[in-house]
Amino acid sequence: MTIIEDTSPAPAGADSFSGPLLDVRDLHVEFRTRDGVVRAVNGVNYDVSAGETLAVLGESGSGKSVTAQAIMGILDMPPAVIPQGEIRFRGQDMLKMSADERRRIRGSRIAMIFQDALSSLNPVLSVGYQLGEMFRVHKGMSKKEAKAKSIELMDRVKIPAAAARVNDYPHQFSGGMRQRIMIAMALALEPDLIIADEPTTALDVTVQAQVMDLLAELQREYNMGLILITHDLGVVADVADKIAVMYAGRIVEQAPVHELYKRPAHPYTRGLLDSIPRLDQKGQELYAIKGLPPNLLRIPTGCAFNPRCPKAQDICTQQVPDLLSVTERDGGELPGRSSACHFWKETLHG
Amino acid sequence: MAELSKNDEPQVATPNVSDVEIVDAHSDEEAVRAIEAPVERGEPILQVRGLKKHFPLTQGILFKKQIGAVKAVDGISFDLYQGETLGIVGESGCGKSTVAKLLMNLERATAGEIFYKGQDITKLSGRALKAVRRNIQMVFQDPYTSLNPRMTVGDIIGEPFDIHSEVAPKGDRRRRVQELLDVVGLNPEYINRYPHQFSGGQRQRIGIARGLALNPEIIICDEPVSALDVSVQAQVINLMERLQNEFNLSYLFIAHDLSIVRHISDRVGVMYLGAMAEIGTDEQIYDHPTHPYTQALLSAVPVPDPEAREHRDRIILTGDVPSPANPPSGCRFRTRCWKAQDKCAQEIPLLAVPERFKGEDTPAAHESACHFAEERDVVHAA
Repeated sequence: MTIIEDTSPAPAGADSFSGPLLDVRDLHVEFRTRDGVVRAVNGVNYDVSAGETLAVLGESGSGKSVTAQAIMGILDMPPAVIPQGEIRFRGQDMLKMSADERRRIRGSRIAMIFQDALSSLNPVLSVGYQLGEMFRVHKGMSKKEAKAKSIELMDRVKIPAAAARVNDYPHQFSGGMRQRIMIAMALALEPDLIIADEPTTALDVTVQAQVMDLLAELQREYNMGLILITHDLGVVADVADKIAVMYAGRIVEQAPVHELYKRPAHPYTRGLLDSIPRLDQKGQELYAIKGLPPNLLRIPTGCAFNPRCPKAQDICTQQVPDLLSVTERDGGELPGRSSACHFWKETLHG
Repeated sequence: MAELSKNDEPQVATPNVSDVEIVDAHSDEEAVRAIEAPVERGEPILQVRGLKKHFPLTQGILFKKQIGAVKAVDGISFDLYQGETLGIVGESGCGKSTVAKLLMNLERATAGEIFYKGQDITKLSGRALKAVRRNIQMVFQDPYTSLNPRMTVGDIIGEPFDIHSEVAPKGDRRRRVQELLDVVGLNPEYINRYPHQFSGGQRQRIGIARGLALNPEIIICDEPVSALDVSVQAQVINLMERLQNEFNLSYLFIAHDLSIVRHISDRVGVMYLGAMAEIGTDEQIYDHPTHPYTQALLSAVPVPDPEAREHRDRIILTGDVPSPANPPSGCRFRTRCWKAQDKCAQEIPLLAVPERFKGEDTPAAHESACHFAEERDVVHAA
């Protein structure tokens, strides 16, 4: 492992930059496999500012994790290829950077939290050593300094008796505590942006609430941008500022969190919302979106959702709908809202 | 063993073994006859009394010495009625899956009884046990690992007929399997395909078809939809509800997703650390919970409604679930409970209708194992 002296972590000119922290533009990712080209991401656009939480919502195979991996630069290439698109971090396109430049950003400016803490931590190294690695590798600290820093971090994420537990191994911690260690590791170098890929999916609800609260609190404190990738409409409602709904590698709807739940502008979002049972009342039969998510080797022509859509018409099978701004019935603006549906008016205004 | 359990700590007040109508069967023949007799809708079909499963913890390699036990299930009692769905919720490690295995007779109970139509299935063997097994089937959580990748769908669904050949004579099997595929909403022509050719939701349908093959009366579903995507989950839940009506099935539905359990269940039991904390109808548990653990669990569920989040009563529990090898004395939940007092450490609270609600005609009057049970609405926005 190479040791990088990282004294000036932010890229040159970063302080004067005032746009969004991260700006993804028309990103495409393909996997060239033996069976053909799997188009996992087909033109994704989103941005996150400092202190903002963007939730990326989608089912398995919607491309939400692949987008995140492309941002982090941890895609296996090959088989993955990024044929077009830009990933601007503080205005600079990371796809055009050298491997060295990207490595300096990865971990220190943009950090990632993975779903399964047990398999993301090395089982044969103590958690203190793994946390300290961040400081030793990126900041060139001594072992002793790094350990002191690790204890401090474990305190920050509210692990009880941090000083006593710093030499414990991952298997000695519960699932919730392990996820806290993952969060501590992501926070270590005080990044500007954290990408959390299903951070609480493996946890029980009572522990999930603790971890999400912690994450939200730390985000406020450090004024970080947060991309929360999840399939859980409930978790999103609790913490996100805005939501991007993905389907078959594209964003089908984007909206501020309150708006999306109140008035979805895409039939897929509406279907998702209608198909989850409610906690506070006993419902009738659940609404079920018919059919299955598409095979990414053979995405339907036109709108990818058309075979499952109750509103589909001829145009939906012929023309891919662009992600366009939506408006009120009287033409009034709906800031931050867009939908990729030919019939968004009917969906939004009923 | 069973005698022992009756005199054990009085953890369970009601219901007792005494209210079970035990059918005295002196021969296999009589037992089988009792098992094959139909049960009226709304009558108890399965009665669990003081059920325990302790897994021994051993030390040493050659001379194993027991140094303790993981009390995965530690004295639970409940009834399952014909035609109903009983939901069991709880966090990981609370023993809900062990209960499923015990009911399937896949694990030997340490103590307690499971009465199926008045027959204690923990003591049955031979033909009688085989008859019970035919009537209690299971649907598993993971549709990927619960289907043999080397068997065709036809072989997977038809395999139960190898053991219970009286249900479908040999020449008739293919037709039966195709019927089953049709019932669960799969194309009957898929009979020769392999599991990898199906999506997760379709595989779960195959698992359900296998569970239905022997015309069982009870299906035990252990997290049947938790591995599925939201849009597919609704399809499978609707299918299960339709099948229940069509075949008059009783479901024991184990899940950690409280919204889904409410949707599908008639009654719900909440488990914590091997014991039942609270049990009642879905309305009693969700709208009028009286046990602090149920309240905390419900309040922690993220609700897909950002408006409601500011107005909901939220209880964030501290700490983790204690080890089932060494559960806290008295009430198991007291280490995480904000109401805990000295009494909770000394006395095990009984699962019973709390004294203060007894005789009252209120939804709060349901069984709850808490010394300080009181109603608190955590689900609806204030």
